[in-house]
Amino acid sequence: MIDAFDQIFVLLKHWALGWPFWPESLKPMLSVFLSIVPIMLVFALLFGITTVVERKAIGRIQNRYGPNRVGLPFTDVRLFGFGQFIADGIKALTKEDIVPRAADRVVHFLAPIALIVPVFLAYSVLPYGKNMAPIDMDTGVLFFFAVGAATELSVFMAGWSSRNKYSLLGAMRAIAQMISYEVPLIISTITVVMMVGSLSTVKIVEAQAEYSGQLPHWHVFTPWGLAGFILFLIAAMAESNRSPFDLPEGESEIVAGYFIEYSGFKFALFFLAEYLGMFAISGLAITLFLGGWTAPLAFLSWLPSWLWFFAKLLALISLFIWVRGTVPRLRMDQLMNFAWKFMLPMALINIAAAGLWFFLPAGFDRWAVCSAMLIVPYVLLGRGLMGGKLFTKRTYRYAE
Amino acid sequence: MTLPFAILAVVTLAGAIAAMSLRNLVHCALCLVATFGGLAGLFLQLGAQFVGLAQILVYIGAVAILIVFAILLTRGSESPQQPIVAGRWLMGVAVAALTFGSLMVSIVTSTLISSANGPKPNVAADISVKKIGAKLMTEYVLPLEVVALLLTAALIGAVIIAMEEQARLAPEGSQSH
Repeated sequence: MIDAFDQIFVLLKHWALGWPFWPESLKPMLSVFLSIVPIMLVFALLFGITTVVERKAIGRIQNRYGPNRVGLPFTDVRLFGFGQFIADGIKALTKEDIVPRAADRVVHFLAPIALIVPVFLAYSVLPYGKNMAPIDMDTGVLFFFAVGAATELSVFMAGWSSRNKYSLLGAMRAIAQMISYEVPLIISTITVVMMVGSLSTVKIVEAQAEYSGQLPHWHVFTPWGLAGFILFLIAAMAESNRSPFDLPEGESEIVAGYFIEYSGFKFALFFLAEYLGMFAISGLAITLFLGGWTAPLAFLSWLPSWLWFFAKLLALISLFIWVRGTVPRLRMDQLMNFAWKFMLPMALINIAAAGLWFFLPAGFDRWAVCSAMLIVPYVLLGRGLMGGKLFTKRTYRYAE
Repeated sequence: MTLPFAILAVVTLAGAIAAMSLRNLVHCALCLVATFGGLAGLFLQLGAQFVGLAQILVYIGAVAILIVFAILLTRGSESPQQPIVAGRWLMGVAVAALTFGSLMVSIVTSTLISSANGPKPNVAADISVKKIGAKLMTEYVLPLEVVALLLTAALIGAVIIAMEEQARLAPEGSQSH
């Protein structure tokens, strides 16, 4: 019974495939279709709900209400404002699509499509539950980063084709940021690949699926894993252009960045791609460091695996929202210095720490040595980058 | 010839032709990206996952961005006024023919094809990423290190060139970019 509940989506797919009226030649196509459509639906819905949750949470953080009126259309059901995304979607669909006269029409049209396709492709290698990875590729992690790299060009297409200085500046900023933070992102992933000995996302989760006592063998519960997870998360925030790394949008400086000249549904597509990119990279963080679909404690394993994946995903999304409401935007030089002078050295040291962890015998010594290897450079780098400046409590001067 | 191969081949060739013949340099670069993507698809179709994905990661993710930035930062994105067919086209044809010929000879005389059993269709399929990694770390570790050293030297060189420029352009006291 519990197993059946755990595998309910797999069983449903097999049941639908087993219907007698499908012609045999169409079955592979149908199987692909049945894997893709639920992913697109679930994550598009998650996008809608996340926008409302984010606006409400940021509203709370900033001492205001946020959306709390719109409920289900044509009814009196309010749902605490959770119908807002339906209204937003209808608005985006019915708005006029404005293309600037000077814009390069073909590239301007193709940019949102070229952005959303690789973003959705990234979902094909994530394991959502036991036996629930759409494709179990031998090179799953590499595939994820390859399609992620393809999005940079769409950002450029959008920024360049709009023939707007702000959009071009935004695209330049976005690409510079994505390239810089891709380096620590991939290097912090390498530690996990080294330890597991495989690039397959399914194998990486399976390597974390054991328990000693009640505690799981997640990678985040090791010194190198914790450091890698934090580095990965920061780089992921920068990759998905989330605050405090939202310089490419920079409303106060360059209005809206590379999608400034997009309106209506094309704008919504950019918005969708940004959030879907964030979900996908959170999904990869869960797969690499947080044990994928495994339960956090052994006695909780009876809950279905997909539930754990989505619980972890929601937790990470909440973390992203929380950070967005808390930390102010970085400056361009701070952004670059942070990537190249702090993230990159830490990620490289983390590889050495992971190697040492692999060869030392298990025990307290291993913990002490590897933790020291990470904490000492962390403190030294942090102190060094402060440049001898003394940071004290900020004093304010108010106008009389 | 299967349908996926036909689609990929058309995308690759059309992208290459458009990259040669379009007037706007940025359009050319974007068409070149279509060619890179088509090539990556061909590699993936042959079962060479690592090569295919590395093609996307390196060529679309890095080389194309570099090309596009180089175009933007040097000439601007205006279309050229002069005709796109250069005057010394005979030279170009000669170079192209030479490249094609040398590639052709090396492919035809390759051991994969001339082996006794004839061409094997799925040669690449049983080469896993793990095997490639193991080979790189054992048999080919010296070339790998040499390449790494070369790239690091290039990186440091680029930084030094940029630093000199900055020091000359912006005297002391000004903000860094």
